Amino acid sequence: MLTIENLHAQVEGKQILNGIDLDVKAGEVHAIMGPNGSGKSTLSSVIAGHQDYEVNQGTMLLEGEDLADLSPEERAHQGIFLSFQYPIEIPGVSVTNFIKTAINATRKAKGLEDMPANVMLKKIREKSALLEIDSRFLSRSLNEGFSGGEKKRNEIFQMAMMEPKLSILDETDSGLDIDALKIVANGVNKLRSKNNAIIVITHYQRLLEYIVPDFVHVLFDGKIVKSGTKDLALELEEKGYDWIKEMA
Amino acid sequence: MEFKEKLLASHLALEERIDLADPVHQTRLESLKTFEQKGFPSRKEEAWKYTSLNPLIREDYALFPKSESTIQLKKVKKYFLYEIDTYKVVFIDGVYSPFLSDTTHDGLDVCLMSAALSKPKYSHLINTYFNKTTDVDDSLTALNTSYAHEGAYVYIPKNKVAEKPIEIIHFSSGDEKALWLQPRNLIVVDQNAQVQILERHQSLKEHNVVTNSVTEIYAHKDAFVDYYKIQNDLNSASLIDNTYISQESNSTARVHTFSLGGKLIRNNLNFYLKGTHCDTTLKGVTLLKDQQHVDHYTLVDHQFPNCESHQDYKGVFSDASKGVFNGKIHVDKKAQKTNAFQQNNNILIDDKSTVNTKPQLEIYADDVKCSHGCTVGQLDEDALFYMQSRGIPKKEAKALMTYAFANNVLESVELPILKKRINKLIANKLGVNLGFDL
Repeated sequence: MLTIENLHAQVEGKQILNGIDLDVKAGEVHAIMGPNGSGKSTLSSVIAGHQDYEVNQGTMLLEGEDLADLSPEERAHQGIFLSFQYPIEIPGVSVTNFIKTAINATRKAKGLEDMPANVMLKKIREKSALLEIDSRFLSRSLNEGFSGGEKKRNEIFQMAMMEPKLSILDETDSGLDIDALKIVANGVNKLRSKNNAIIVITHYQRLLEYIVPDFVHVLFDGKIVKSGTKDLALELEEKGYDWIKEMA
Repeated sequence: MEFKEKLLASHLALEERIDLADPVHQTRLESLKTFEQKGFPSRKEEAWKYTSLNPLIREDYALFPKSESTIQLKKVKKYFLYEIDTYKVVFIDGVYSPFLSDTTHDGLDVCLMSAALSKPKYSHLINTYFNKTTDVDDSLTALNTSYAHEGAYVYIPKNKVAEKPIEIIHFSSGDEKALWLQPRNLIVVDQNAQVQILERHQSLKEHNVVTNSVTEIYAHKDAFVDYYKIQNDLNSASLIDNTYISQESNSTARVHTFSLGGKLIRNNLNFYLKGTHCDTTLKGVTLLKDQQHVDHYTLVDHQFPNCESHQDYKGVFSDASKGVFNGKIHVDKKAQKTNAFQQNNNILIDDKSTVNTKPQLEIYADDVKCSHGCTVGQLDEDALFYMQSRGIPKKEAKALMTYAFANNVLESVELPILKKRINKLIANKLGVNLGFDL
């Protein structure tokens, strides 16, 4: 589904990614772990198309199609979804109106009519129930005054609504207590299917107890220095990142 | 001849057109003297630091239209709230249009200033209210007063609720190449009476028109006045709007100003709170492009205790447009327990656009709650990326953010059809078709 080869990227003249190779197939969950500053969040921003990041070498293909010249919205239309580490507050736009706008913009890009209001409503009910979100929450301004847990649940709610092919969960576990973590993980697990893929970016192993990955990659200094199965995450939990640094 | 000289000399021509025995003619003459002494304001005055009238007054204007223009209703229907039934007082080039108007004397008066000035039965009201709340030293107000003879006259008697909104619309036909208009409106809302009014100045084709308007509004005890100014004129039209509102105890007065188009607009909006427990709201959405220039100059004068004022102006500036906000709150030393709030937030879309914003608080009482805040910023790039990552194109994302930014000003609009219209107007200005109404 997503094939990344020799990806180099920089931001504000500073080289962050130094040759990433990653192959994510449909139905798979990949975890990307690594110490702070290793380039994890940069990788997610680069895949989503943030304009501040410049790809200076390598390729990214989604189902064989080059992402290089696509704007962030075009990547979203192709089926890429980024769950933000720090979701942005947008005062004056309710959660419901935001998701309606997002879905219909994506449908429009595909040449489809707006989703009928009743279908939209049903879907919102269904997906908000999955994340244990109540209806009052949906009429609040997007992320404004939300707790950390509410913000992350709202991200996964949007993921559920958008039905992306490839989801990138950037530090979705940060700022979550254990109850919220379980709700979020449960939501993600229900969205897993053989047709989509998920990249989980995390510093800690904790989230991976709930969202069990097929593969774990360790990122250090802008490169994947080690890959393995979920056992690698346990090893990292036990030994920390120092041995990786030494190895690199 | 300079335009000022023309205004002074042409007053004789006005005198040929009006009844010199009417109750306000002495006031006209005094005001003309004031204008003669003061002339047009210049940028040397603090109040006009950011807005120059020089480009306007260098031109020559007709003061009286040569011929009466008629307009077909279907051509101007869109400027009315045609979806609902309203009273209408409509002028074309400063001349009353009976054909487009829908006035009344049935339980309330919605009619013409010229009628109120000429008929003896109104002389008491005219003597009581005409030019009694204005700043007589203000040169533009004095200029308007010196020529005052036409405009809307509205009287809502005690305990009466005007069941239909009133639309006051001034069209300029474009038949004159350059036209200077000076409408004069008087609105008296008696005790416990209620009214909703919508005011609009609209040119029907590109031509050089300047309107120097004065509106006096009296909100008596327990009265409710809900006033909307729609400023969405062509880029060739300028407006100097001088509005004076006098509030007695327990009255509510709200003015919403939507400045969405025009060459140069100056809004001098003054509230005088002359009783306790007054409720005052002044809000504005300013959405400009090209070389448009809008200057909001507001005054809320708290003279009595226990009153509340809320001021919230939002501005969005594209291209080389310019915005000015000067908001003065005066709290007299006896106006204890005053709550006065002021917000002015601006977004600059382009590097060439500018905004100058200045709060001015003069507080002489010690037991008050006053706050003010001004911001000038740009759209948050992180927020735009967030929306784009959800599939919303950048242009729409910008529009959505801008739209949301103006939203809380629209929230307090109590005419649903107007709210919808303004919603659409703003969406159109932003070049997008939003899938919902905020």
